[in-house]
Parts: sequence; structure tokens; C-alpha cells
Amino acid sequence: MPQRQLTGARIRSRRLDRQISQSDLAARVGISASYLNLIEHNRRRIGGKILNDIARELELEVAVLADGAERGLVEALRAAAASQAQAGAETDQSEDFAARFPGWSGLVVGQARRLAALEERVAAMSDRLTHDPHLDTALHEVLSVVTAIRSTASILVGSDGLDPDWQGRFHRNIHGDSRRLADASQALAAYLDAPKDEGGAAFSPVEELERFLDLNGYHVASLEGPEPMLTPRAIVDGAGGLSDGGRDRALAWLGQYRADALAVPLDLLAQAALDFDHDPAAIAEALEVPLVTVLRRLAALPVGGAHPEMGLAVCDGAGALLHLKPIEGFALPRTGPGCPLWPLYQALSRPGQPMRAVVTMPGASLPRLTCYAIAEAQGPVSFDTPPVYAATMLVVADAPVIPARPVGRTCRICPQPACTARREPSILPEPSPAPVSGP
Amino acid sequence: MAKRVLLIEDEPNIIEAISFILTRDGWTVHTHSDGETAADRVRQLPPDMIILDVMLPGRSGFDILRDLRADPQTETIPVMMLTARGQTKDRDMAMRLGASHFMTKPFSNAEVLEHVRSLVEG
Repeated sequence: MPQRQLTGARIRSRRLDRQISQSDLAARVGISASYLNLIEHNRRRIGGKILNDIARELELEVAVLADGAERGLVEALRAAAASQAQAGAETDQSEDFAARFPGWSGLVVGQARRLAALEERVAAMSDRLTHDPHLDTALHEVLSVVTAIRSTASILVGSDGLDPDWQGRFHRNIHGDSRRLADASQALAAYLDAPKDEGGAAFSPVEELERFLDLNGYHVASLEGPEPMLTPRAIVDGAGGLSDGGRDRALAWLGQYRADALAVPLDLLAQAALDFDHDPAAIAEALEVPLVTVLRRLAALPVGGAHPEMGLAVCDGAGALLHLKPIEGFALPRTGPGCPLWPLYQALSRPGQPMRAVVTMPGASLPRLTCYAIAEAQGPVSFDTPPVYAATMLVVADAPVIPARPVGRTCRICPQPACTARREPSILPEPSPAPVSGP
Repeated sequence: MAKRVLLIEDEPNIIEAISFILTRDGWTVHTHSDGETAADRVRQLPPDMIILDVMLPGRSGFDILRDLRADPQTETIPVMMLTARGQTKDRDMAMRLGASHFMTKPFSNAEVLEHVRSLVEG
């Protein structure tokens, strides 16, 4: 069942909830009751002025009426279908499925997310087994000791009349090796025992930092002001559940936060953000601080108040995400390649050049976003070593009404047709045409 | 005259165990633990066959094998490689560089004896 048909059902449901008669609502919006009846039974398309008027009379956002509260569920169903393309799910009927079976749809989405999380864990573990030098060394130690024990024990068991001196020597060797094996095994087990919580294990330090910030918030009040209440180390020590790598990432992030807070005090930032309508370049110029500092500080403003919601992404020169603060309508894949049309990645091709773009992701009810990005060299610059770049992008959920650049999350679940950045085909249908207004 | 085996390995108790079983089998066993100087030791002896560990201090067994195969004095000496990493790429690397046999730890004494005999006596 296409989207346009569901709009009518939503109108009827809302009208009945509010105990408005069909004729009354039709009169309020200037159409005949019979025409409204056709709309409500999904036999006429609806859009434009009539949709706006009905939404107003029913006291609903147009997007909610047009897209339905199940829009997020539909998007999630499509993402689930994309992850199992070979199953041949009827993605053109996702909306119908979500509307008719919301419970089953939730189950499908929940299981797909669980599966994706488990796949991420497996990929992280596989990567760890393959490339982790610490693990490689630990396994080598265990296998070497086991080899020595096996070989020595085999001599002791299979050699009748073994010289007592050799016998004693081999016993001592086995004793020493068994102790080494115990130590090596314990160290290995401790290393593999990743921290766990209800959401499953986080394997990379970047994931741990993300989880840490989800729990503690992106605004750290205790690090603000000339004399902060806490130090980064005290905050990390109090957090618990972090591996050594996760602690390092959290300490680095909090240390950067403190340096930024010193460079741009919160009260000055909040006022400048209002004065310059959250334009990072204007704020940086007014406060005489680097643009990238302002991008990070704006993303760390307290939630609520007069400021729009703001997200942040930081990636390295290879495009790997180092930090992500998602907001509604802004998401990048934590692992794997993202959509290269995001200014975050484009900034890497022109280091030092600020980039701004208004973007929108697929989905009629998702907000338009203003993105500000810049890539800069990290650490000291030297004649002898190539610079290492990182890009930072602020995402503001408040965009001017200008044409928006369509961007996606990743190609497989992006329905944009004829995209020059497409790496692989999408399994989603192309966006449906805009609904046609009634007479 | 007893055939000579050079065991290049840095794990003392593996050295002791393998030396014991080979000596008991009639081989003359020489040992060396440093990767940096291992190729020189081979040229100095030279042995009838080599048991070469991959992970050695100073220089990897792969690098040592590459040197030995590039030197006319040592290029034909049978080399059996030992490694704790049984990955296919390590095995492929060893055979591509000219190893005569590739053995993954932990191995049995019988396996070691069987392959040493096979490589030297044919």
C-alpha cells in the first residue's frame, strides 16, 4: 500500500479520536464531505493546501499526518531489508507492513539491530585477532610454552631409563613452563574480557568513548569555568567500565574539552551564538579563536534553551570516525564507508578551507541540516614527516530555506537516484513523487 | 659422521627438548637464539639442515630464510620453519621464500624427527 493511501487513514483516525464529524471537518477546510470521504478511504491523493488545512484543523504537524508516526519504523524496516538483501523483502510494501503490523515490524527492526550489533562485535573481534600486536604476542607466548611442555612431557613419558639428571632437568622445565603458561593464560583471558553493559560489549576505544558520552552527556558542566569542579582524570576515574584504550580516548576528549572551555568560556560562547545566529565563522572571528574550536564548543552547548540541536563528527584522513555526536536526521556509519557527499569528507580534500552546506537525508520528515566543516593538520608540522589530517563537522538542526544537498548514510540504504557518489546499488525504491492536491 | 642440525630458536625449553630428541636420534645439534646473527652462523657451520623459528629477537625467520636462499653457499640447505602463527599467509610466505617444510606450534616430537629425517635423508 503506497504512502498516499495511509495519509487518508491517518486523517480518519485522528478525526474520530477528536470526535469531529466528517461533514464538519470537510466544511472547515472547504471541501465536500463526499470528497473527504474518498480521501479518508485512500481513494484520492492529498497534498498542498488541503493537507495543510486538515492538519491545522486536526492540530497535527503536516509531516506527521503525511508521513505518519511510523516513518521512523518504515526507515528502520528498509534498513533491516538492506542488511539482508538476499532475503528479497518487499521493500515497496514497507509502509503497509509497518502500518498493519507495527508489533511485528518492531520485532523485525529490533532483531535487525541486534544482528547488526553482533556483526559489529564479530568484525571488531576478527580485526582484533588479526591485527592486534598485543594479542599476537600473547598468543605466541602461550603457544611457545605449550610447545615446550608438550615436547618435554613427551620425552619424560616415552623415555624408559632416562638419566636422572636429565629427568630432573625436564621436570624443572615443565614446572617453570607451567607457571609461565598460567600467567600467560590469565593475561590473555583478562585482555579478551572486554567491558560489558546492557547494550553489549564495546570493542574499540572510539565506541567506548561514544558510550561514555551517551551516558554522561556531551556538555560537561564540571569542566567549565576558570576553576572547574573536576579534572578529566577524576571524571574518567569515576566513570568505571572503561578499558585502557577507552580511558585514553576519554581522557583525550575531556582534555580537549577543558582546553576549549578555557579558550571559549561558556557565557561568551552562548551569547555569541545568539548574536551571530550560530554562525561558527562569525563567532570565531568575534572571539578570535580557531574555527575548529568553535565547532567543538557549539556541539557541547547545554541541551535546550535558545540553541538548536547540534551534532558533531570528527574523522581522520582515511575517513574513519573518531567521534560522533548524532542528532535527529544526522547519522554516519560507525564502521564502514559513509556517504562521501557529507562536507566532513569533502573537507579532507581541501585542508584549511571551511566548508558549509545545507543537507538533507532521505525521509520526508527528517530535518534539513546546516553543516560546517574544516580539515586541519594534527600535531606539529615537520619537513620530514607528512601531515596527518582530521576533519571536524558541526551539524546544526536549523537550516535556511535554500536548496538542500541530498546526502545519505551509506549507499545500500540510500534511495537517491542517479547519485554520482554511489558505490553500490541501493535496494530501496526511488523516492515516490510528491502527492497531488485534490480539486 | 653424524649429520648436523642447526636449531635457530629463542625459547630455551624448546631448544632443550628438541636438542635432546635429535641428539638421541644420532644428530649433532647446534643451537642459536639470535636472529640478527643467525645467517652468519649458518655460513660458519654450515649445517645439513636448519630448523628455523619465525619469531626471533633481532630479525624474523622469514628475513633469514630470504638471505639464505639468495646465497649460493646456503641456498640448497633444507630449512624447516617453526611458527606459532599457523595462518595460511605465513605458510604461503614460508613456501614462497623457499622453505622445505612448515610446522606449526605446538608440534609433536615424532613430527619433528620424521621431517628432519625426511629432509636430510630423502
